[in-house]
Amino acid sequence: MALNRRDFLKTSLGAAGLAATAGLAGCATAQTGSAGPKVVVVGAGFGGATFSRYLKMWAPTAQVTLIEPNTNFTSCPYSNTVLAGINKMEDITLPYDNLKKVVDNFVPDTVTAIDTTKQTVTTAGGHTFAYDKLVLAGGIELLFDKVQGYDAEAQKTVMHAWKAGPQTATLRKQLEAMPDGGTFVMSVPMAPYRCPPGPYERACMVASYFKQAKPKSKIIILDGNPDISSKKPLFVAAWTKHFGYGTDNSMIAFRANNQPRAIDARKMMVSTEFDDVKGDVINVVPPMRAASVCGLAGVRDGSNGNWCTIDYRTFESKVVKNVHILGDSALTNFPKSGSVANNTGKMCAYALSEQFAGRQADPSPVVTNTCYSGTGMGTAFHVATVFRWDEAKQSMIPPKDANGISSAESEMEWAYMESWAKNVWADTLGLPQSYNFTTKG
Amino acid sequence: MYKKKITLAFVGFVGLALSGIAGAVDTRARFMAANCSYCHGPDGKSHGAIPSLAGLEPGYFVEQMKAFRDGSRPATVMKKHASGYTDAEFEAMAKYFASIK
Repeated sequence: MALNRRDFLKTSLGAAGLAATAGLAGCATAQTGSAGPKVVVVGAGFGGATFSRYLKMWAPTAQVTLIEPNTNFTSCPYSNTVLAGINKMEDITLPYDNLKKVVDNFVPDTVTAIDTTKQTVTTAGGHTFAYDKLVLAGGIELLFDKVQGYDAEAQKTVMHAWKAGPQTATLRKQLEAMPDGGTFVMSVPMAPYRCPPGPYERACMVASYFKQAKPKSKIIILDGNPDISSKKPLFVAAWTKHFGYGTDNSMIAFRANNQPRAIDARKMMVSTEFDDVKGDVINVVPPMRAASVCGLAGVRDGSNGNWCTIDYRTFESKVVKNVHILGDSALTNFPKSGSVANNTGKMCAYALSEQFAGRQADPSPVVTNTCYSGTGMGTAFHVATVFRWDEAKQSMIPPKDANGISSAESEMEWAYMESWAKNVWADTLGLPQSYNFTTKG
Repeated sequence: MYKKKITLAFVGFVGLALSGIAGAVDTRARFMAANCSYCHGPDGKSHGAIPSLAGLEPGYFVEQMKAFRDGSRPATVMKKHASGYTDAEFEAMAKYFASIK
């Protein structure tokens, strides 16, 4: 007698009792064909790579296709150490080899279309992939047209370096070429943005390089926000202790409420509402929103259509079914950090592996963030937070005492920061315990 | 070919049913433990200055977490982390880390 799959499942249910009723229902809807559910992941950064690796551990039958155009992983966290001259690009560039072995299909390509009705993803290379679950982990899209004059030509000389890679390398070269006594003008975008403490850490790291190599130089920080928006007491203390902040001879000048509105790359000038500021090296991070793949999927529903709202229990979009959004693209209470992208990757893998096994996703999840910032002077400090599901508030909130920053910078935390970098890279990419990191702390 | 698929599906089903009954894997504990790995390394095996958690004696793990929480053991990040979990969750994570060889 020929049984089709559905009949077989019905028969099994009758014979084997109720042990896994929910499980079978879950499998029957999620599976297509003989293999497990088809999961397509876009982006192999901290979110997408971690998700893919953990889903294959926790739901091995899931068929994971991971689409990523870059040949290597370049870490945004720790990339400010390249600007300081502590590390080189190769020290923060890591291989995808181990990740490629874990996923079913690693596709070196760029997504050009997403059909959320037919549940397909199409790439520039002309391939189309069907999905049961789509996971978007594309990071951020930078909006150059929001800054007048920040056109393709200007982008050749003005770096953002807010996606680590050639931009970081070029900015370092520009800093090396700058004469002693020059001015480095850098900007901080309006919150929410990727890596809240990143710009202030960047100021520290560049200042540490100037202090040693070109001590007459200055740094002007143009911040769109009304104040230093992350780890303020620690950054102010570090700038004061190491770089003369608050004195007439400060290496760092901080200007709040100064969002760059226009740049002139030929005159090397940045204009805010209040001022025109000239620099020898200009580093403007334009406004940003959820990655362009989120636009293709129609899931940029929050914050004036810039970011993606999600259900914290599953990371599923609140507007399109079976599309899950990880990392920086998501609009959440979490900071847009590498640690959060890494841990929300696991959180989503956990939720989907429960669903694929026919169980409910954890109704009250808990997730953490730990984020170190270095001063460039052999010290660092942190912010650490535990977020727990709060049923009344329908949100994830830190319990009492489960959120805070270092009491002061320390050498110990600089060592922890280096250790964090190696561990988060290993965790994200599945690097073996024997992996030979060249990173210096 | 068709028979083979059915057999595989059946094996999968029995496995699922057994794990459901025996509760073989505490998936929530496994996820909470994985939360720690960006600092403490995959499977709690660390590179560098941050200590490894793999193979720690469960009683020691729970005792230390409580000490971080009440402040009797000085900490950098760990007071915040320890304040975010219940005692039962400390126990569950301790059991998970102890099981890693």
